[in-house]
Amino acid sequence: MNRKLDSGDNRTTRRTVTAGLGASVVAGIAPFNILRAQDATLKVGVLLPRSGAQAGIGQDCQRGVDIAAGLLKDLGMPPLQIMNGDTETSVEVARSRAEKMISDGAQVLVGAFDSGQSTAIAQVAEQKGIPYVINIAAAPQITEQGYKFVFRNFPTAGMILADAFANQKEIFEAAGAAPKTAVFMHVNDTFGTAMKGGIGAVMPKFNMPYNLVETIAYDPTSRDLSVEVAKAKATGADALLMVSRLNDAILITRELVKQRWSPMAILSMGPGWYEDQYLKTLGKLSDGPLSFVPWYDPNKPMSKKLDEALAKAHPGFNLNTNHVYTFEALLVAADAFKRARSTDAKALADAIRQTNITDNVSPGPGIQFNEKGQNDKLKDSAIQNRGGKLVTVAPKVAANAKVEWPMTPYDKRG
Amino acid sequence: MSTDIYLNVAVSGVLTGLVYGLMALGLSVIFGVIRVVNFAHGEMTTVAMYLAVVLFATLGLDPLLMMVPIAGVLFVFGYALQRWLINPFINRPEHSQFILLVAVAIILANGLLIVFGPDARSVQTSYAFDSFMIGPLIVDATKAFAGLAAIAVAAALFAFFRLTQLGTAIRACADNYTGAQVIGLNVPRLYALTFGLGAACVGAAGAMLALVTDVTPPLGPSFTLLAFVIVIVGGLGSMPGALAGGILIGVIAALAGLLYTPSAKGMFVFAILVLVLLFRPQGIFGRRA
Repeated sequence: MNRKLDSGDNRTTRRTVTAGLGASVVAGIAPFNILRAQDATLKVGVLLPRSGAQAGIGQDCQRGVDIAAGLLKDLGMPPLQIMNGDTETSVEVARSRAEKMISDGAQVLVGAFDSGQSTAIAQVAEQKGIPYVINIAAAPQITEQGYKFVFRNFPTAGMILADAFANQKEIFEAAGAAPKTAVFMHVNDTFGTAMKGGIGAVMPKFNMPYNLVETIAYDPTSRDLSVEVAKAKATGADALLMVSRLNDAILITRELVKQRWSPMAILSMGPGWYEDQYLKTLGKLSDGPLSFVPWYDPNKPMSKKLDEALAKAHPGFNLNTNHVYTFEALLVAADAFKRARSTDAKALADAIRQTNITDNVSPGPGIQFNEKGQNDKLKDSAIQNRGGKLVTVAPKVAANAKVEWPMTPYDKRG
Repeated sequence: MSTDIYLNVAVSGVLTGLVYGLMALGLSVIFGVIRVVNFAHGEMTTVAMYLAVVLFATLGLDPLLMMVPIAGVLFVFGYALQRWLINPFINRPEHSQFILLVAVAIILANGLLIVFGPDARSVQTSYAFDSFMIGPLIVDATKAFAGLAAIAVAAALFAFFRLTQLGTAIRACADNYTGAQVIGLNVPRLYALTFGLGAACVGAAGAMLALVTDVTPPLGPSFTLLAFVIVIVGGLGSMPGALAGGILIGVIAALAGLLYTPSAKGMFVFAILVLVLLFRPQGIFGRRA
C-alpha cells in the first residue's frame, strides 16, 4: 500500500510533467502579465478638434499633450503611447474617430474640449467599455447618465457659473463699482446652451447687482457677427456677459471696436477671450476682458513645473486652461495605469475611480472623482488680460493682481 | 430699439451682400454661358482668400490693391481648368460634370489644408478696425471698401459683355451654341475665356472677403452653397440677378438676425429660397425657360 502510494506519488509520468508545466505556466503568466503591463505603455487615444472652427483651441490643447511626457516621467509614471485623433469640430466625426481609435487598440480615450463632441465620445466609450477621461467639457449631463467608464476632471456648467458669480461679486466689491445691466451673448452649441440654462438656474441664488436685459444666441461658426453686436449695443447695457469660443470672441471684439461700443466690462464664462491666439491677433485691443474659468493654482508646485515645461516646448505661450486640463487628463490615465498594473479596461476604470492626486495643477484639493465620475471639488478663478499676459484677480487666495475696472474704452488705447 | 440700428444693420447687410453677390456672379456667368455648374466655386473663393492673406503677410500688400492680380491668377486657373479638364466633359451627362467638379473642390480644400493647416487666418490692414460716422450711421470701413470694389468689378464685367466684341461673341455662344459654331466662333476658347472670367470674379470677391472674414480651408462648401442660393434667388445665368440676389440675401440675413434671433439667419435665407422656387422658379431676374 505504502509502496503503491509511494510508487504512485513519486511516479513521474509524461502527463504529470505536462500538467505541472501547464500549472507553472498558468501560475507564472498572471504575475508576468502584470509586470509586463508595467513595462509596457498604455495606448491613449487623444481626440481633439484639430481642424474646423475649434482648430485653434484643439491645437492649444495639443500643447498640453506635448509637454506631458517629460513631466509624467519625472513623476515616475509609466509611459503613455499617444494616438492622435481629429474630431474636425464635428460631433459625428468625434463619434466615428472614437470608434476607430478603440478598434485600433486605444485602451483609454482623452478629449475632446467640446461638450457635444465629448458627449458623443462618452456614448462610444461606455458602449465599448473603454475608460474615457474628459479634458474639457462642461455640459452637466455628460456625467449624469450613470456611465461607468466616463470621468471628468473639469467643472460642470453649474460649478463654473457658481464660482463665476462669486468671483464677480468679489471683484465688484474690490472695484467699488458694478454694472447695473448686462446683455448675455452665447454660442448656440451644447456648451453654450448648457451655460444659458445654468445661468437661469444659478444667477438668482447670488443676488447679482445687474439684470440681464437681453439674451442673444448665435452660431459659433458664423463669419459675421455685426448684427449680433449691433443688437447687443442697442440694449445700452453696462456690461457684456459672454459664453463664446475663440474665433467668435475675436470677431465680436472687432465688431465692438468698429461699432464704437466699449462696455464697462466684458465678463466671459467660457473660452476664447484668454487664448493666446486672441491676445496675439488683437494686440492692445485684447486687454481688459475678465474670464471666469477653470484655471490653475499658481501656488501649486506642479503649476510651476507645467509652466516651465510649456515655456521650454512652446516659448511665447501663456499657460492656460487648455494645457492644464489636457495635461491633468493624461496624468489621471497614467496614474490609473500605474496603480492598476494592467491595461484591462475594467481594472483601469476602477483605478481611475479611486484616483487621489494631490500634487496637481488645477485649483482645489486635487483630483478625485465622485460616484458619477465627476471631480466636484474643482475651483475656478477670475483672470484678466493685461498687455498680452494673464493675471489672476480673484479669488483673493489665488490672486496675483488687482482688477482694472472699468475696462479702458477701445478708442482710448492709443 | 431706435430706428438707427435697423438702418445700420441694413447697410451692413447690403455691403456684405454685394461681395457675396460678386462671388455668385462668377457662378452665374459660368452657368449662363457654358451650362456647367461649378461645384468648386467656394473652394476657388477660398484659394483667392489665401492668396490675399499670403500677399499681405509676406509683402504687406493690401487685398484691395491685390484684387486685380489675384483675379488674374484665378482667371488663368479657370481658363486652364476649363480648357484641359472640364471641356472634355461638356457633352457628357451632368452627373459626370458634377463629380468632376466636386473632385476638384476636394483637391483644392485638402491642398489648402496641407499648405496652410487648419488655423483661421486673417488680414489686419491699417483700416481693419475703422468705421465711418455718417449721421446716425456707423459704416464698417472694410465692408464699405469691399462693397464699392464689388460694384466696380461687376460694372466692368457688364461693360465687357455689352460693349466688347469678345463679350458679344461669348453671349452668342450662350444664346445659340450650334449657331456660334456655324458662324465660325472658336467655342472651346470662348468657353475657357468665360470660365476664366467667372473665376476672376471669384478671385476679386475672395480678395475682398479676406478683408471681411477669417479664412480656413473648410470654408469652401459654405461659400458654394451661399453662391447657389444667391444665383437661384436672383436667377441662374442672370448677371444683375446675382448682384441683386446677393444684396437681398445679405439684407434678409441681417434683418432676420436683428428682428428675430441671430441663430435663425440661415433659416430665413433658405425660407426665401423655398419661396422663390415655389412662386418664381426662374429667379427674380431669370428668364422663363
